Amino acid sequence: MDLLDNLALGFSTAFLVQNVVYCFVGVLLGTAVGVLPGIGPTATVAMLLPITFNFEPVTALIMLAGIYYGAQYGGSTTAILINLPGESSAAVTALDGHEMARRGRAGAALATAAVGSFIAGTVATVALAVAAPPLARVALTFGPAEYFSLVLLGLIVSITLARGSALKALAMIALGVLLGTVGQDIYTGTPRFVFDQRELYGGIDFVSVAVGMFGVAEILRNLEKEQTRTAVVSKVRNLWPTREDRRRIVGPILRGTGLGAALGVLPGGGHVLASFTSYAVEKRVSKRPQEFGHGAIEGVAGPESANNAAAQTSFIPLLTLGLPAHPVMALMVGAFIVHGITPGPNVITDEPALFWGLIASMWIGNVLLVMLNLPLIGIWVRMLRIPYQVLFPMIILFAAIGTYSLGFNAYDVYAIAFFGILGYVLIKCGCEPAPLLLGFVLGPLLEENLRRALIISRGDPSVFLTRPISAVLLALAVAALVVAVLPTIRRRRETMFTEED
Amino acid sequence: MERRRSLPDVLAGGIFVLIGGAFVVGSLGYELGTPLRMGPGAFPLLVGATVAALGLAIVIKGLVAGEVVSFGPIPWRAVAVIVLAVMFFGFTVRGLGFVPTSAVTALLTTLASSRVRPLTAVAVAAGLTVAATLIFVVGLQLRIPLWGPWLGF
Repeated sequence: MDLLDNLALGFSTAFLVQNVVYCFVGVLLGTAVGVLPGIGPTATVAMLLPITFNFEPVTALIMLAGIYYGAQYGGSTTAILINLPGESSAAVTALDGHEMARRGRAGAALATAAVGSFIAGTVATVALAVAAPPLARVALTFGPAEYFSLVLLGLIVSITLARGSALKALAMIALGVLLGTVGQDIYTGTPRFVFDQRELYGGIDFVSVAVGMFGVAEILRNLEKEQTRTAVVSKVRNLWPTREDRRRIVGPILRGTGLGAALGVLPGGGHVLASFTSYAVEKRVSKRPQEFGHGAIEGVAGPESANNAAAQTSFIPLLTLGLPAHPVMALMVGAFIVHGITPGPNVITDEPALFWGLIASMWIGNVLLVMLNLPLIGIWVRMLRIPYQVLFPMIILFAAIGTYSLGFNAYDVYAIAFFGILGYVLIKCGCEPAPLLLGFVLGPLLEENLRRALIISRGDPSVFLTRPISAVLLALAVAALVVAVLPTIRRRRETMFTEED
Repeated sequence: MERRRSLPDVLAGGIFVLIGGAFVVGSLGYELGTPLRMGPGAFPLLVGATVAALGLAIVIKGLVAGEVVSFGPIPWRAVAVIVLAVMFFGFTVRGLGFVPTSAVTALLTTLASSRVRPLTAVAVAAGLTVAATLIFVVGLQLRIPLWGPWLGF
């Protein structure tokens, strides 16, 4: 039983004291930023990335992963209690969850979200453990041509999942790839686009781009219309769902888990798509569709499970192919690289303790989240009273310190301001920042594999089409592009996302 | 969604054209190489041209049938103050040291909100400076001097 041996190795790593402690710190911070609107997990992970450089690699990754799925959890709490989704994927939960809270059933909604998330997290962690090794074995046979096509597919798929115009998303990806070329060329060492500034030779730091686009730009958005946050919080009583509730949530939790686990693998925001899809499915299969939007417990159970399952399985492309499916994953790629590990199919064989330890820690993290969330709900709600006037100077200051400490390079700090403004203007024009970030991280991989594939094929570009796996991946990329541009689907996407606003 | 002429579309497209174009011009200065051995300029040239082309398409679409995006007000004060604060941090942290730089950066940033009262701003800045010093310098052993050489230490 390989799987059991591997899981045993994983748990023995994850149960080391420092790993449990930092897993706890991670999910705690994650829940906090999930609860607080205005800071997302991407900006938080970006700010904390430099701090984790002194840790053991596995500890660092466990904590960063904890922030990511902890935020998915925390987002649902505020969605239910004050109709303010802290994370985009929790927007669906707000529809029925807040309605339940208004009818005095906040406790049942919160418990359903917690139980659903826990079950989904557990199942998806097992799915990850089962699916990752075979996938990694396939990926090991990939040459540069296959990698190029795979990265291209990953980039294109991320458009179909971003809200708004596909054309703009495509342009954002390409812009990200372009910005990724700044710095020394990998093959010839020629410094590109550095304006003779030695500080730019290493390229633009990814953390600066992430903090600028997701931190500074978001703060500027929030400062557009300042208003005192009025948190009218419903009283939480009767935490446990009734027998009738329990009967009604079993189906949605299981369906949501399956959907989420499958959709989470898609790059670019699979967890958002998963919760929307699950909501639509539950509404369709329900015998009481008219209750949806008026406090149907299925509308909380399904999407919450889907969202959490997707958060776990989105680690599959990262751990097997080295492809980030979410901006936070992109930051984790950075964390891997800083610790001298190349994320990809080799991680399982070269660093088994790290790989399985990370997976096992996710299950531990899910247990910790249930313990953190249900009894401590009052504390999270109180956090909403922190005025924004304290919060945003803290984000800016910590972001500046964090990016400076990356390499004691003032240019990394200037870059925050630059990307903050660029991101703000582009977001205001209806361009989403996430595709740009994915493009920025994957761009160098795209270039490296393109050039390497062409060297191996002696300059013959048909290599991408004559190698079967590469050809299939490119065909999928073209299909994804067509789907993204096709009007009917775009219309459906628009209606899906307008519910979010 | 209603479709008509859209200024944000034109602006976004313009930014893409501008940046893509700049990279294209820049990459022409580097060796392009051959398909077998691509030079440092080839890939940026390709991608830069793609960005510019997509930007152009967005501009044209914005003139004919753009997305209606509500642009909303721009918080000029916040933009100016935050940029200033971040630049100040980058420029002075080596010279002034961690504590004074953090304090000034935090104080500047609080001014981004138009509702802030002077006393609150000072209190927030002081609190954040203490917190940042404790977390980053004491807790995480960040190697930045607390007081820098510009202050005569």
